[in-house]
Amino acid sequence: MDSKEQHITLKTENLSIGYTSKNSEILVAKNIDLNAQLGELVAIIGINGIGKSTLLRTLAQVQPKLAGTIKIGETDLNNMKSFDLASEISVVLTEPIASKNLTVIELVALGRQPYTNWLGTLSEQDLAKVKEGITQMELGSLQHKKCHELSDGQLQRAMIARALAQDTPVILLDEPTTHLDLYHKVRILKLLKHIAKETDKIIIFTTHEIEMAIRLCDEILLLDGHTNPFGKPNELIEKKAFERIFPSDTITFDPDTGSFRI
Amino acid sequence: MIVKNKTYRWPFIAMLIMLVISFTINIGLGSVSIPFDELLNSLFGNSVGNESWDYIIWNYRIPKAFTAILVGSGLSLSGLLMQTLFRNPLAGPFVLGISSGASLGAALLIMGSTAISGLLTFEFVNDVSLAIAASLGSFMVLLVVVIVATRVKDTMALLIIGLMFGSITAAIVSVLSYFTNAEKLQRYIYWSFGSIGNLTWPQLLLLSVLVLVGVLLSVLSIKSLNALLLGENYARSLGIDLKKSRYIIIIATGLLAGGITAFAGPIAFIGLAVPHLTRQLFNAMDHKILLPAVMIYGAVLMLLCDTLAQLPTSAHVLPINAITSIIGAPVVIWLLVRKRKMIF
Repeated sequence: MDSKEQHITLKTENLSIGYTSKNSEILVAKNIDLNAQLGELVAIIGINGIGKSTLLRTLAQVQPKLAGTIKIGETDLNNMKSFDLASEISVVLTEPIASKNLTVIELVALGRQPYTNWLGTLSEQDLAKVKEGITQMELGSLQHKKCHELSDGQLQRAMIARALAQDTPVILLDEPTTHLDLYHKVRILKLLKHIAKETDKIIIFTTHEIEMAIRLCDEILLLDGHTNPFGKPNELIEKKAFERIFPSDTITFDPDTGSFRI
Repeated sequence: MIVKNKTYRWPFIAMLIMLVISFTINIGLGSVSIPFDELLNSLFGNSVGNESWDYIIWNYRIPKAFTAILVGSGLSLSGLLMQTLFRNPLAGPFVLGISSGASLGAALLIMGSTAISGLLTFEFVNDVSLAIAASLGSFMVLLVVVIVATRVKDTMALLIIGLMFGSITAAIVSVLSYFTNAEKLQRYIYWSFGSIGNLTWPQLLLLSVLVLVGVLLSVLSIKSLNALLLGENYARSLGIDLKKSRYIIIIATGLLAGGITAFAGPIAFIGLAVPHLTRQLFNAMDHKILLPAVMIYGAVLMLLCDTLAQLPTSAHVLPINAITSIIGAPVVIWLLVRKRKMIF
């Protein structure tokens, strides 16, 4: 679908995330201000348990926010039906898919659901998008394999291919590089950057690969539990934001090389 | 989701031929032996040598065969719906306690009216009230299962709940049997054996309507069912209205499993085993394929089970529930052993 409205942004203001149980709220993170433009690759980084996945799941409307706003362009996500949202945001979560008996191509084809008829019949255009996603993720030789026959890394790529096939202006990926080897990590991040630029998408992902994010991403949101700085990697380096991520007696950040020293 | 150029025409044709063959075998065999050419004569409306053969075929064997088709296809479909909805390969109307719920409803209606006869003096134990009671019972259990399923993500917990409902039903039935009279107890026990031979044409019509509504709701849910193969969060991200589709699927399941159990009694294993057998045969996950395939497969299996239960040429009829268990349980074990884990 070509929903390339001009100057679409994904923007959060004073966003608080966490969990609500019966009568209490568990706050995970607050004061999150993120502003991503079309064509940008954005990384969400931070230490374990700081709320990266919670934020991503909140952006994807998988779980409700506690306070603040999330907007796509001028529309508040709260006011969108899940059907309309499906052609705006696609997601890859860390949770496993329910049925591993699907083949790769069937899995990727499910990404076309928002555009198919009531029976889910795939049109020529749908099939082309499915093929495109499979090619981009180098899954051609695996496309008729069942998901339970794939390695974790291959399944991860298949899930990304599905999100690409959904062809939405915003793509949210929760730790997309976790199960990948170094080659595929770099390749996929470079590819995501390329896709974001070429097809005018906002791609937001959480990651622990901070050094790779510094080199490849357009913007970084650093969850540190206080101010949660957001900006271009070199801006954040200048603000000495990365120094504060880990305790300084164990790991230090070298601003000249943009890498950590143990 | 059908992305391969592979068509499923041949398996479908093969299964439809199987359906015709098993239908013919089913109505051809019984306690009274009827020559095959006379059977065909009767079916095509020609004159039959023996008047009573014609009567047996049209008022006993054909309604029974149609019931078998409705029961087999409906239960199999409800098993498929449950396995996808709960993302649990062991789900089925019997395992999850839906059939126990129906039994509970039936037991309360048949025997409970005497237990509380001081309050209620009505004697409304007819087919319609039995169907309503059994359906209500299965809906109640289904609702509890759904509530538990949304809170407990553990799939084992669901199966244990089903087991507990079986125990509760057994307990309540034994309590009720103390207070009821022998005639009503016998009536309940016969019902619980499962039988597809006692339906009259009007009852059959009512059952057809229930199954038809269940099938229609399932057809409307094909797209949601496919999305649910990824899990609820992914399904929602694909634009599926989870709440609505879940309700539709649950109502379809309740109508199918509840309605069928009401008329035919609890019938084990068809709902659990047939979806797995079908996936072996078709190697497809798309519900557009699975839905009709599961229904035909279930109908064929039920017709064959019923033929066995008739003990051809003898006057005895075995409880159909026993036959489906004897065939179904080993199938499930075989699937578990051969595939090590059942995936759906």
